[in-house]
Amino acid sequence: MSSVALEDRVGKRWRKPHFITNPMLRWTLLIGGTLYLIAAFASLEVNWPRVYEGLERGWRFIVGFANPDFVSRAIDIREGMIESVIMTVTSTIVGVAISIPVALGAASNIAPLPIYLVCRFIISISRALNEIIVAILFVAIFGFGPLAGFLTLSFATIGFLAKLLAEDIEDMNKSQAEAVRSTGSSWLQWVNFGVQPQVMPRLIGLSIYRLDINFRESAVLGLVGAGGIGATLNTAFDRYEFDTVAAILLLIIITVMALEYISGIIRARVQ
Amino acid sequence: MLKLEKLTKVYKTGDKALSDVDLEVPKGQVIALIGPSGAGKSTLIRCINRLVDPSSGRAILDGVDITSLSARGLRRARRRMGMIFQEYALVERLSVMENVLSGRLGYVGFWRSFFRKFPQSDIDEAFRLLDRVGLLHMADKRADELSGGQRQRVGIARALIQDPALLLVDEPTASLDPKTSREIMRLIVEMCRERELAAIINIHDVSLAKMFVQRVVGLESGRIIFDGKPEELTPDVLTQIYGEEDWEATIEVVEDEDEEDEEAGGA
Repeated sequence: MSSVALEDRVGKRWRKPHFITNPMLRWTLLIGGTLYLIAAFASLEVNWPRVYEGLERGWRFIVGFANPDFVSRAIDIREGMIESVIMTVTSTIVGVAISIPVALGAASNIAPLPIYLVCRFIISISRALNEIIVAILFVAIFGFGPLAGFLTLSFATIGFLAKLLAEDIEDMNKSQAEAVRSTGSSWLQWVNFGVQPQVMPRLIGLSIYRLDINFRESAVLGLVGAGGIGATLNTAFDRYEFDTVAAILLLIIITVMALEYISGIIRARVQ
Repeated sequence: MLKLEKLTKVYKTGDKALSDVDLEVPKGQVIALIGPSGAGKSTLIRCINRLVDPSSGRAILDGVDITSLSARGLRRARRRMGMIFQEYALVERLSVMENVLSGRLGYVGFWRSFFRKFPQSDIDEAFRLLDRVGLLHMADKRADELSGGQRQRVGIARALIQDPALLLVDEPTASLDPKTSREIMRLIVEMCRERELAAIINIHDVSLAKMFVQRVVGLESGRIIFDGKPEELTPDVLTQIYGEEDWEATIEVVEDEDEEDEEAGGA
């Protein structure tokens, strides 16, 4: 039926058309890419004698793990952990609460253009600034301690959660939402009945995932003075108490694994 | 009751979906809107409750010009128009009861609906309607646990609890098997008769339409080119609407033979 005559095609080889049709361009990109990769690896200088020395230091570090010391700094570790947990929980709750309206505004199928642009701007600011940099800024403003950590993690949560939630809202089933609108619902009712049920599993899953991230981050933020278990860890490093360091790292690993396990169970249940 | 005057819709892409559609639907009349895919059937009913905003022309329901209403007025007007959808469009993660009660959103405030504290009269009516469509036992099931036919029954209950004057029905049987399709069509038509509702039913299946309605409107390229009784749908008319094809088999009168046992089973 089509304009291409059948006789021209029968008996001929058939191959899937190339993604880049121009053979010149295709080969240039392919060869250029390979050469760059080789050059890039070649430029990574490795100082082997230095690595040999370093291996010993690394070994001492690992040996520290073999006999972690939970006891001699027990009070510091306990306080650090409590501070980190409080920081994690509060910042996740605040971050999620702010993310929801931002996500609604950043979903192109819901929000009018000016609101969309503002919300997307908020998200890109939050995503562009690394947690460490934000934490340094907040420590400069509010001083050492968990308040700076709490603010940093809340701020970082907005960029992460609002972006992913907005994407889920954009992917929602239009007709379900349309049906709710056709009943004469108000905008808020429409969000509550037409949109929220569709994105709820994702919202819960992301919030728990973020809780997990925030806890891990809280360990790092302590290094720049933003409180939490990270501050305890930093002190232990400064004192070369690798056995205490090992104890703290083990605690962090166990907590993260536990959170991971719990979040898996919860996410499976809310599907 | 419903009157469309020169209703026109031009999409941003420049496609003219509707051009100068004039249509009058009296109280209690059920009409079938037929036409090929892309003829503008879906756009037409969405222009009436303004899920799609018409470009020009007017849609008047009980003396109110819907096309000129403010957001608030539009919400009030939408309460009077129940809509039934092609793929049921139930909110799948809500329960059957929540889906039915969502038909009352135009009548209750935000916090009442947020906490699902609907007035007792709404709840009673929801149970009555679920009983009428034969799904009372499913009230607390999640909507996605239901079969296609059951979902469409919930869709019908959701539209009816709005206490509408008009039903806008968009391909109600498109994804249902032939028997369920008939049951659903019969239920819609019966409900309209019981409550004296007018209805516009978009439908692909011409023979199914002929079985249940008193009036058929044919739409082609956004224009009404046929408006009459089902018996007047001759092969010539169908050729005009859909294009050349052998239409003899389609217009054969099909008896609605399973009416009695269905009434017994559906109640």
